[in-house]
Amino acid sequence: MKQFYAKVISNQRIAPDHFILSFKTPHAMAKKVKPGQFFKIKVNNSSKPLLGRPFSVHKAGNNKIEILYKIVGEATRILSTKKSGNILDILGPLGNGFDTGLSGPAILVGGGHGVAPLVELAKKFANHNIKPVVFIGARTKKHIVCDKDLRKLGAQVHVVTEDGSKGRKGLVTELLKNKITGKNLKKPVTIYACGPKPMLMAVGKLAKDYKIPCRISLEEYMACGIGTCLGCAVKTRGGYKMVCKDGPVFDAKEIVW
Amino acid sequence: MVSLKTTIGKLELKNPVILASGTCGFGKEIKSLIDVNKLGAIVTKTITLNKKEGNPPPRIAETASGLLNSIGLDNDGLKDFLFEKISYLGKLKIPVIVSIAGNTTEEFTKLTKEISKIPCIKGIEINLSCPNVIHKGTKFPLLAQDKKATEAIIAKLRKVTKKTLIAKLSPSVTDIKEIAKAAESGGADAISLVNTYPGMLVDIYTMKPKLGAVTGGLSGPCIKPLALKCVWDAYNTVNIPIIGMGGIMTSGDAIEFILCGASAIQVGTANFVNPKAPLEILEGIKQYLKEKKVNSIKSLIGKLKNNEK
Ligand SMILES: Cc1cc2nc3c(=O)[nH]c(=O)nc-3n(C[C@H](O)[C@H](O)[C@H](O)COP(=O)(O)OP(=O)(O)OC[C@H]3O[C@@H](n4cnc5c(N)ncnc54)[C@H](O)[C@@H]3O)c2cc1C
Ligand SMILES: Cc1cc2nc3c(=O)[nH]c(=O)nc-3n(C[C@H](O)[C@H](O)[C@H](O)COP(=O)(O)O)c2cc1C
Ligand code: FES
Repeated sequence: MKQFYAKVISNQRIAPDHFILSFKTPHAMAKKVKPGQFFKIKVNNSSKPLLGRPFSVHKAGNNKIEILYKIVGEATRILSTKKSGNILDILGPLGNGFDTGLSGPAILVGGGHGVAPLVELAKKFANHNIKPVVFIGARTKKHIVCDKDLRKLGAQVHVVTEDGSKGRKGLVTELLKNKITGKNLKKPVTIYACGPKPMLMAVGKLAKDYKIPCRISLEEYMACGIGTCLGCAVKTRGGYKMVCKDGPVFDAKEIVW
Repeated sequence: MVSLKTTIGKLELKNPVILASGTCGFGKEIKSLIDVNKLGAIVTKTITLNKKEGNPPPRIAETASGLLNSIGLDNDGLKDFLFEKISYLGKLKIPVIVSIAGNTTEEFTKLTKEISKIPCIKGIEINLSCPNVIHKGTKFPLLAQDKKATEAIIAKLRKVTKKTLIAKLSPSVTDIKEIAKAAESGGADAISLVNTYPGMLVDIYTMKPKLGAVTGGLSGPCIKPLALKCVWDAYNTVNIPIIGMGGIMTSGDAIEFILCGASAIQVGTANFVNPKAPLEILEGIKQYLKEKKVNSIKSLIGKLKNNEK
């Protein structure tokens, strides 16, 4: 974990509200970053917004990191105006990340901007010659991101939209259920999920019902990002844990919803 | 060479920049980001006698230039502190001040007695002002809103410790002068001002409070003018040193507090915004003294000039 100033390499719109921003990292950092880890980015040096915002690693490359973000408020709006060469104040890499001792097969589930960290995760699987099955849930066709990248990595990608404008109409959890109750499910399989809370809750419940190990990446409001403020608490069976330090990746069955 | 030395009770600090309670944990995580040993002192997260779970999430919400929190004194209690945290704190080369809070006077007393036995602890900050807990010894929402209870509790603790006792007060009072005086009469070596301002925020889409605990404490740049006035009022009332805080982000902010009477300052929310802030503030104070040709920080304390020409 380091605090550093990073040069923006590029910042491109990939969907109506989604952007991919790539920034330079200090020497050797990007190589050590684990999928599921995140960076806290201060988008300007004013006190509005005051705090840096957390963003997952979307892709880690040679001395650069990419994040994929959605504009939802002030900080992400300001971030979307950054140009190549602009400087960002960054803290990271933070959090535990997905375990790297990966074994397949794997099912990846992403909802909304929650697909962002799944690409780096799929890359790690690809390195181990594991081709995961991926379910992406989005509001409409326009909101689907990362599907092409994931396919390139050899993943079998299924898309669901809430309005049916692409792929199946409905929720990712419905497809997930079909998959895990289907005959050709190779076991032991692990589910990795990231997305909005209701989705994670539903995925966690399915995993529990069908006794499948499940890792989920959670989001909470953060102040410090390093475990000192105790602000990003999530209730677990072992009491409150901090999303920034003990997580963001948790064993789904540990979480008390 | 300018002197940055300052005195808080029996404590000689090499400089006036202190890490505020609840914003640096127990010094462990921040050590990979800054050299803590360059600072004046560190105040730990408030500990309580027994483990406290803390408040339900969300515990954090942001507002214009401010941070609202309702951590609820989440901590592992005295035992864990004595067996786990202390081994780490003992390695620091700067004075460690332990912040404590209790539900009853007995709890405060027990905590003070136990902590006084530890040689590496140089001071105790009595948290009389956390907006996220309720104390049994007063009918007020906060101990630090009750001058009698404040004086009584400090007097009691004064009897059981020789360590530097600091009363951490709340700004959410009718008259800070009275409370500051009560802490002084009780025998406090110094007072810390201010803790967070009670506040709340609402999410209009869900029509729910933004904090799980509904209300919380406000900190950060937006409280600075309010905090400065508290320090100024207290400085004009008591003779014990004041540790000023509330929205200090830069050395300029810190100097404002010193001019208003603070003998030292604490950096809180700024640690979350920029972990290097405490070191940058220290450097900035040094530069300011050089520019102003003032050779000791002590000669700056309370030197606010009056408006007449
Ligand atoms: C570990 C972690 C990883 C993340 N990774 C990504 C990522 O890869 N891509 C991405 O687009 N976003 C990610 N986020 C979310 C991102 O941090 C927020 O969208 C961002 O902070 C919003 O800032 P803002 O100022 O634009 O919006 P704000 O004004 O702060 O918020 C706008 C809206 O979003 C909601 N919101 C903001 N933050 C959170 C949160 N932490 N939990 C629940 N609701 C929230 C608010 O309630 C509000 O309705 C991640 C969050 C965490 C904790
Ligand atoms: C997240 C958070 C946790 C805090 N926890 C404590 C605490 O445990 N004990 C305490 O005395 N003050 C606590 N405080 C208050 C700070 O020490 C400080 O008094 C206050 O935040 C004002 O200073 P600032 O504006 O520089 O943050 C906390 C503040 C924040 C933001
Ligand atoms: S953000 Fe401070 S503990 Fe997680």
